[in-house]
Amino acid sequence: MLTLAHFLTLGAILFSLSIAGIFINRKNIIILLMCIELMLLAVNMNFVAFSRFLGNLDGQIFVFFILTVAAAEAGIGLAILVVLFRNRQTINVAELDDLKG
Amino acid sequence: MIVQELIFYFFSLVMVLAAVAVVTVRNPIYAVLYLVLAFFSAAAIWMLLEAEFLAIILVVVYVGAVMVLFLFVVMMLDINLVPLKEGFIRYLPVAALVAIAMAVEMLMVVWSRGRFGVDMFPVPAPNSADYSNTRELGELLYTNYLLPFEVAGVVLLVAIIAAVALTLRTRPGIKTQNPSEQVRTRRDESVRLVKMKSEKPRGA
Repeated sequence: MLTLAHFLTLGAILFSLSIAGIFINRKNIIILLMCIELMLLAVNMNFVAFSRFLGNLDGQIFVFFILTVAAAEAGIGLAILVVLFRNRQTINVAELDDLKG
Repeated sequence: MIVQELIFYFFSLVMVLAAVAVVTVRNPIYAVLYLVLAFFSAAAIWMLLEAEFLAIILVVVYVGAVMVLFLFVVMMLDINLVPLKEGFIRYLPVAALVAIAMAVEMLMVVWSRGRFGVDMFPVPAPNSADYSNTRELGELLYTNYLLPFEVAGVVLLVAIIAAVALTLRTRPGIKTQNPSEQVRTRRDESVRLVKMKSEKPRGA
């Protein structure tokens, strides 16, 4: 029988995997953006599962807005990436040290 | 019931393997394609949760638009892949440690007795055949959530304008039309009336 815990487990595993992805791909901005997308997907999975098991559609409305914001974030992030690559010919995070931070 | 479980485990397995591939694969194009696979499996699992509208939205909008955008950008950039992978092995142990620790913590919370099990959240009965998830969501979205919905529209508009403004560039030495000048043009700038005598037909 599929309980709420099954779906929450799946979300937790997915979230942990994307955390690991951020750690091991810290040089590549594109993969970092993809890991953020995966994280949002994990959170959305939890929202949908709770919405189903609580019998309340507000969770699905929330997923709707998260998808909207994630699409906007991906669009702007990729635009910044394109401008960055045009100016520096690299997307390596280690070489983006103009601000001397 | 057993069929549902099989479907759940199959798509979960595909999804987790695809997520592992996203973070470990060498070529970013393969990573995007594996991400598409993960989103597809997520859509199937949302179908299982009777969130049909969001499942379709995930496939149509997310896979169809956002992931294709990713694919375009990855293919457009001429990336040298070798320096981007350095540190992969070095950070692998700490990444695995953090991820496993987080997963174990979350699973301990999820599977601890009396929290998210069947006794606290009984499995809901499946919706009737004439139940429309899209209709219910629409009714909620256009009544209780009307203002957030419109704010979401503004957010998307801002994203469009920001993306265009960021990536627009004017290269020197290229012949282009100037639309404002084209619109402002007047009749006497382009039409010249010439006065001339009418011709007579030959032999008249």
